[in-house]
Amino acid sequence: MFGQAILNDNLPGAKQHHWSPYTDNGGTIVAVAGDDFAIIASDTRLIQGYSILSREQTKLFKLSEQTVLGVSGCWCDVLTFTRTLEARMKMYLHEHLKPMSTPAVAQLVSTMLYHKRFFPYYVSNIVAGLDQDGKGTLYSYDPVGHCEKNRYRAGGAAGAMLQPLLDNQVGLKNMKGGVLPDITKEKALMVIKDSFISAAERDTSTGDGVIINIITKSGVEVMHFPLRKD
Amino acid sequence: MSILSYNGGCVLAMKGKGCVAIASDRRFGVQTSTLAMDFQRIFEMGPHLYVGLPGLATDTLTVHERLRFRLNLYELRESRKIKPQTFSAMVSNLLYERRFGPYFVEPVIAGLDPVTWEPFISAMDLIGCPNVPEDFVVAGTCAEQLFGMCEALWEPNLEPDSLFETISQALMNAFDRDAISGWGGIVHVIEKDKVTTRLLKTRMD
Amino acid sequence: MASTKVVNIPKGGFSFENCQRNNFMAKQGFPAPKAVKTGTTIAGFIFKDGVILGADTRATEGNIVADKNCFKLHYMAPNIYCAGAGTAADLEMTTLQMSSQLELHRLNTGRQVKVATATRLLKQMLFRYQGHIGAALVLGGIDSSGPHVCCIYPHGSTDSLPFVAMGSGSLAAMAFLESGWKPDMELAEAKVLMRNAICGGIFNDLMSGSHVDLCIITREKAEMIRPFEVANVKGERQGSYRYPLGCTATLSTRVIPIEIESTVVRPVAEESMDTA
Repeated sequence: MFGQAILNDNLPGAKQHHWSPYTDNGGTIVAVAGDDFAIIASDTRLIQGYSILSREQTKLFKLSEQTVLGVSGCWCDVLTFTRTLEARMKMYLHEHLKPMSTPAVAQLVSTMLYHKRFFPYYVSNIVAGLDQDGKGTLYSYDPVGHCEKNRYRAGGAAGAMLQPLLDNQVGLKNMKGGVLPDITKEKALMVIKDSFISAAERDTSTGDGVIINIITKSGVEVMHFPLRKD
Repeated sequence: MSILSYNGGCVLAMKGKGCVAIASDRRFGVQTSTLAMDFQRIFEMGPHLYVGLPGLATDTLTVHERLRFRLNLYELRESRKIKPQTFSAMVSNLLYERRFGPYFVEPVIAGLDPVTWEPFISAMDLIGCPNVPEDFVVAGTCAEQLFGMCEALWEPNLEPDSLFETISQALMNAFDRDAISGWGGIVHVIEKDKVTTRLLKTRMD
Repeated sequence: MASTKVVNIPKGGFSFENCQRNNFMAKQGFPAPKAVKTGTTIAGFIFKDGVILGADTRATEGNIVADKNCFKLHYMAPNIYCAGAGTAADLEMTTLQMSSQLELHRLNTGRQVKVATATRLLKQMLFRYQGHIGAALVLGGIDSSGPHVCCIYPHGSTDSLPFVAMGSGSLAAMAFLESGWKPDMELAEAKVLMRNAICGGIFNDLMSGSHVDLCIITREKAEMIRPFEVANVKGERQGSYRYPLGCTATLSTRVIPIEIESTVVRPVAEESMDTA
């Protein structure tokens, strides 16, 4: 009787306190893979609620000379996830005496995400890099480790806003007679920059700047590009 | 899921040079099941005036009929064609009257001024807050995708033919990334001397 | 019979005809969606010659920007303006209605409307709706008793202060006002302070953005400066996305020609309204 009365939330004056382990820190990732390169870019704004925590926080993590990981979502999960991933990659290096290839990293990311199936990392991942043959490759994930190999992908806060643009401009979707030539590096860069300009206009959590990583066989080139700051 | 996305659908309007275009998808569904692929969401309210009513399909029909009624009364009383600005205010008033029991539609209005032929577009939320920008307006279940497309594709002073290509590509690529919009598209390009209506060939899945 | 004769002309006031249906649908698990909000930065303060009001120009729907250049400074009377935060439709309609009420009041009394009258009219209306009309206002004006700035909350409470800020960016704006405001500021100083306050909101509050609008009300006139400062511009696109003609596949095309049979141009001389 008494126990039931305590459990009843509708008692006048009863309060239920709620705490969530997750928070959304925003962030948008866009990536495009070409024949001999992969480009991945993130915005540099970190938010919480209606406030900006940082205007120059990259969400790209260079994992090796040919692999870069883009992560957005809950920032504490991003940090934990990437640190664990880096440790796992170091273990691989010492065990096998060679750095992990991009497809191997891609598989490891999936495994690590699914390992926390019932208390997931609240993150949206994109792995970009070159595979063993030197071809650009891209893998995108859901928070619990579903992995998909793509040629172009937008993820994070403005992912839904930018994916159709990539479909159209990189995938040449809905264009009559549009055949798929491998996209050039210049065109890919242009589309990525323009997609972030669009996202900064309409998504409140995207802005301040973009960090672009261009992965080729000679290494990772880093570019910066400003966005509106409101 | 919000009641606005019960039936799915989207509308988009863009300004061009001496012309406006308004486009929508053609799906009518109930949640995830598609029931029809020829649903009308854009209505002709005058030779140069169109209104798109995405949202709950029952309200699309009701609001259209109520608007038609008020528009007819206006034109009988005034003996002249309504200006798009005036029509926009009329829609806004109709919706705000029901502030505390709204119709679940987010109207998009596109037209040319009957005197100056100035292009006009506007959009509203479901309780009639008008938004009259210089470039484009979007509404419906894939508004986010449409915003992304339009921000990249739209440029000022597009000729009618280019405007058609731009609005169609923005619409198709946006609704292909939305599960409850699509299944065909319709585009009206409104010019001073003609209105061109085209049905788009799109993915049907 | 009667129904065929009596045309159903809509009466004034709110209509609640959909409420029962909407409540039913909400119970079925389809809640009513949220309307456009102006998560805003608005502020107002008194300076030497009168009152200055400021606002940003972003309107949001959740995390998405619905309008990049919306108008948040509303006309109330020739000597009174008002900045609004909250539900966008409520602000638009409430200020429209109040401005016509004030104009009628001015015509009835034959005097300039007092700021206190506008405040009282607004607060009584908002209190009547018990906060359901989501309008948070900063009212500013000058009348026979001097300059006034006043905050009106959605439930109908008000405070009259020398400097106020409202909306989601009010903390950022108030930080500038608290440190920068002093009595009897010159106009140039006042403009800079207001610009800084609104920019504080624009850059630090995610729901505020785009440009700074100002309204300066002095004894002589009210001046609307829109935009006062273009604080943010769209990035320059790297490429053009113009499509080649015929790149979109169509199923059918129908052209409705609109023929204009004749055009008669009849110039009408401007005549002032007879108000005698």
